[in-house]
Parts: sequence; C-alpha cells; structure tokens
Amino acid sequence: MSSTDIKARRFAEIKVGDEIPPLGIDITTRLIVSTAIATRDYQNVHHDKEGAQALGSPDIFMNILTTNGLVGRYITDWAGAESFLRSVKIKLGVPNYPGDHMELRGRVTALREEGGGGLVDIEVAGKNGLGFHVTGTVTVALP
Amino acid sequence: MSDIDEQLQQFLGRPCGPYNSWDEVNQAMIRHWCEAMGDTNPVYTDPAIAAASVHGGIVAPPTMMQAWTMRGATAEWATGSDTREPFEVFQFLEQHGYPAVVAVNCEQTYSRYLRPGDRIHHTSRIESVSPQKTTALGVGYFVTELEEYWDQDGQKVGDMRFRLFKYRAHDRPAEPAAAAPGKPARIGRFRAVESYDTKFFWEGVRAGKLLIQRCKACGTLRHPPGPMCPSCQSLEWDTVQSSGRGIVYSFVVMHHPPIPPFDYPNTVLLVELEEGTRLVTQLADGKPGDVEVGMPVEVVFREVEEGYTLPLFRIRKEV
Repeated sequence: MSSTDIKARRFAEIKVGDEIPPLGIDITTRLIVSTAIATRDYQNVHHDKEGAQALGSPDIFMNILTTNGLVGRYITDWAGAESFLRSVKIKLGVPNYPGDHMELRGRVTALREEGGGGLVDIEVAGKNGLGFHVTGTVTVALP
Repeated sequence: MSDIDEQLQQFLGRPCGPYNSWDEVNQAMIRHWCEAMGDTNPVYTDPAIAAASVHGGIVAPPTMMQAWTMRGATAEWATGSDTREPFEVFQFLEQHGYPAVVAVNCEQTYSRYLRPGDRIHHTSRIESVSPQKTTALGVGYFVTELEEYWDQDGQKVGDMRFRLFKYRAHDRPAEPAAAAPGKPARIGRFRAVESYDTKFFWEGVRAGKLLIQRCKACGTLRHPPGPMCPSCQSLEWDTVQSSGRGIVYSFVVMHHPPIPPFDYPNTVLLVELEEGTRLVTQLADGKPGDVEVGMPVEVVFREVEEGYTLPLFRIRKEV
C-alpha cells in the first residue's frame, strides 16, 4: 500500500502476529541535518561534525525527535491516511551515524476494539550496523 | 537513603511552564518536517485529500508535537514563556559530580491531532528521580520528566515522558603523565583485557600466583585461556597453580624500532612451564646476552606500572 492511498487499513483485517513490511532508511548526513532542523533541534551534535567529535562522538548523529518521527511514519505508512497515532513509546539504543542503514520492523502484539474500529499495538525495532537504535511500542487507531 | 537522594526529592513535582510556541501550527513547518522525514502521508500536506479523509482537513504529524515549542537556533524560549530551567535537577546533579547525560526513553501519547492555527504550549515537571543506580555507563540517577502539551483553549493535546540517565562515568585507569613540553606524552602499557575466560589469570597474578586453565572433563591444561577445551571440547574448567618454573623454549631480542613503553633491547621469552603449557613473557633482571634456549627460568611478579602487575621470568640460578 502506498502512503498516498486514502483508504485506511481496516481494524477487522488485522491479526495479532501480523508483520509490518520492513522500512529501510539510509542514514545520511543530509537526513540527520535536515530532520534536526525540521524538528528545531539545533544542538551541534546533530549538524557539526567537529563539534560532535569534540564531545567524544565519532560523527554527528540523529536526534531523538527524528527517531520518534520515523517510527511514527513507519506505522502510518502502513496504517494509511484514516489512522490515528495514539502513542509512540520508544527506548533508545545505539546512535544513528552517517553512512549507516537502519531497518525498521514491526509486529502486531495486541488488538482492542474501540467504537467501530479498534486499537492496534505494534512492537517496533530499528536496527542499524551497530545494533538496536530504537525499540518500542506504537498504538494506532484504525477504523 | 543518602543526603543527595533526599535532596533530590525537592525537585519532584514542581510544575514549570508555560513554554510557548513561537508560531501557531502551520503548513510551512509541517511541509518542511514531512520532506525531511520522507513522510508522504497526504493528510499532512494535501488539502483536498485531507479534507476528504477522517481528519477533515490538514493535520500536523502527531510525532511533531515537541517541535512546536522547541527553542530553535537562538535557544530562547518563545515570548511569554517561563524563564525557569525545567531541568534544575540536572544542575544540582552536575554540582554533585554527575556531569554526563544520556536519553533512555521517550514516550509520547496524543489526545488529538493538531491543525493549522492551533497555538500550543507545554508545561514540565520532574516526575521521578530514581535511587542511585549503576549501569554499564556509570553511576547516577534516572530522571523522568513529564511534559504536557496544551492548546489555546487549555485542552490537553498530548504528553511526553522523557527519561534520562544523569551519571558519572566509571573510572578508567589514570592517563599517563604528560612528558616535557614539546615531547609526546609517555605511553603506558596496553592493559590486558580481562574477559570471563581470562579474569582468573589476572586475579591470580595480582595474588602472586601463576594459574593455568584445566579442563574439568579430561584434565588437559591450556594456555592462553579460552572457553573450550581443544582436546575434548568441554566447556567445564577450573585452574591449577603452576610451580612458576620452566625453561626458555624460544626467545627474541627486539632492538629496533624502539616502541614505547618498553626498554630496549627488549628480551621477549616463550617459556615452557614444568606443567607443559607455554606463555609469552618478558625477561626480568638480565641482559639479552645471558639468555639461551633451554635455560631454566622462574616467574617473578613485577608491578611494571602503578597498579599493573605482570608475570615476568628471570634466569634460575640453582636448578
């Protein structure tokens, strides 16, 4: 399903154990810097390599607001335009440095009916070359 | 509970805020955010599709919530914001020797999606501070901040629990003292890594014992240490103490290049112990010319640098 598809994924089609198609993201300097600025995070470790190195980091690295945004995007890409994110709860692991690649994976862990549709809990993990950058749970409402 | 643990309680539950947004929720910032994130959900940017959807019009990505009240490049809070620092507890912990910080968890919940024209502010309080904890990073405190996000009508639109670890990194061996100005710093010895398999050896050395790993299944001795017996593949092992006596099985004398931190010429020995295992070591108390293959040697424990003892071998006079 493309994210421009207005039709929502329906709650009734979802089963516990369903896998969300993986989303691979190349971690580039461009991505790290442009998302840091788009989230209004001007800490130098997200755009200034020398500044990051002076603080003991090998390079600039992705900020948390972006990790949050990418996890949300991963789920709504799948859930469609009629979905509502209810919560994004993440645990942070190893950094995302330029040149790395992160793959987000997700699996439905619980379903709860609500109104005409319901809430879907999805366990999410994003792994890069160093290990798990992010793990967590997203709850999304579907019609 | 220590004094500092007690004093930390004063920071709990004190509400700070409002922290205002510079601008109302707007399409330009939403578009910029979506482009950067690669998020093509049309309800964020396409008015027609958004109007036809369950959202009934353009909405902001919910995970963008925090961005609306961020301080931005000037690091100034938006006009009318509380001037207090929401993380006073960090300043307190820094004064008490916990300078480093790392984010651990970020948990956001959303009551409704924001729309262009919404005016957002947030309030902040420290919800909890853990007792002192030791982690792989160091010793410190887990601090949980609760940020609540509100709209122009005083309705809550979402919240965020942000957990950080404020800590003092574990002590590392002191850096070797710098040499005279203009000269490179003195280079210390590479410290042996003490793993699950090798820890016994170094603990033995510190206690003045030369220990050899022994397979519990077949009794074969082995060195250097490893998890599995090369003879019978058993993972069970214990140790025996060596007599510390052996012979020079082979040796080499290094002259050039003179690599720090060793003294040159540097006599490196391969010693075969009476028990049968061999180990690489260094000659103590002798000149390179004194050494011959087959010569009897014995262990001597030397503190080669402050806090670092190695098992060296010297020539044994009375055989």
